[in-house]
Amino acid sequence: MRIGVVTFPGSLDDRDAQRAIRLAGAEAVALWHGEHDLHGVDALVLPGGFSYGDYLRCGAIASLSPIMAEVIDAANKGMPVLGICNGFQMLAEAHLLEGGLIRNDHGLFICRDQQLRVENTFTDWTGGFAAGQEITIPLKNGEGGFTASADTLERLEGEERVVVRYVGMNPNGSLNDIAGISNKRGNVVGLMPHPEHAVEPGFGPDTDDAMRSGTDGLTFFSSVIKRMLVTA
Amino acid sequence: MPTIVVEVMPKAELLDPQGKAVAGALGRLGKTRFTSVRLGKRFEITVEGHVDDAVLAEVRELADTVLSNSVIEDVVGIHVLEAPAGETH
Repeated sequence: MRIGVVTFPGSLDDRDAQRAIRLAGAEAVALWHGEHDLHGVDALVLPGGFSYGDYLRCGAIASLSPIMAEVIDAANKGMPVLGICNGFQMLAEAHLLEGGLIRNDHGLFICRDQQLRVENTFTDWTGGFAAGQEITIPLKNGEGGFTASADTLERLEGEERVVVRYVGMNPNGSLNDIAGISNKRGNVVGLMPHPEHAVEPGFGPDTDDAMRSGTDGLTFFSSVIKRMLVTA
Repeated sequence: MPTIVVEVMPKAELLDPQGKAVAGALGRLGKTRFTSVRLGKRFEITVEGHVDDAVLAEVRELADTVLSNSVIEDVVGIHVLEAPAGETH
């Protein structure tokens, strides 16, 4: 099982995503934005960061990278693709996911351990969660406000394509408390919070049991591995 | 060389936290007659050769697909910048 992580100029969390993939039990393959080659991977992660310094719009220039032609093609053929934070912004800019991400309504960058509710366990990346399960993973962004037209929002809700929703507080003004969505097929998922930062005891969010012991993010990566084993 | 200007604004119905922050600063300066500010982008694109309808159509397409994101922004203007007086080509 090989999962590719694309590094763009300004990616920050590509190494963390690779580590999360290895901890979940797959081989992590480093991919480069400037190539037209996915190196035969079975799934893809577009990591967080500030590609191209967030110039133009977050994720906009990265979404025009050479490798994105292959990413879009693979996604349309059903390959699992997870976009985290800046990766979510790229998927929106590439029209693989609907809606857009705008500056947080309060105007500030926010970094916190964020409680979420998993609304959809049918995607390739969330099959290992229980429906309605509440999890905590880090959130860190300045432009994480999910927005979409009223029609799009209604469709996303009606088709149960909201994957994760903010619980306890809405950290950025996202409509309907949306933290992550999927495409119709459920292979492409984008979310603003960072599952790759909650995969290893000692380095995750605090839990009732112990400081920094939270590993709720690991399930995103173990879910896709399990899903691919089933369909292989 | 001629320059084409493209202007993009956040959609009117969306929150514009940047504009709001600027408006807040104006209020703190006592400029109370200015009640709101919206903040957008202006692109100046230099063109090789002269600007004809085909070039403008190409810029229009780029404005809609690359320079703006129609989910969150509107292209509010595209025009050719007049050369400043006295400048020769």
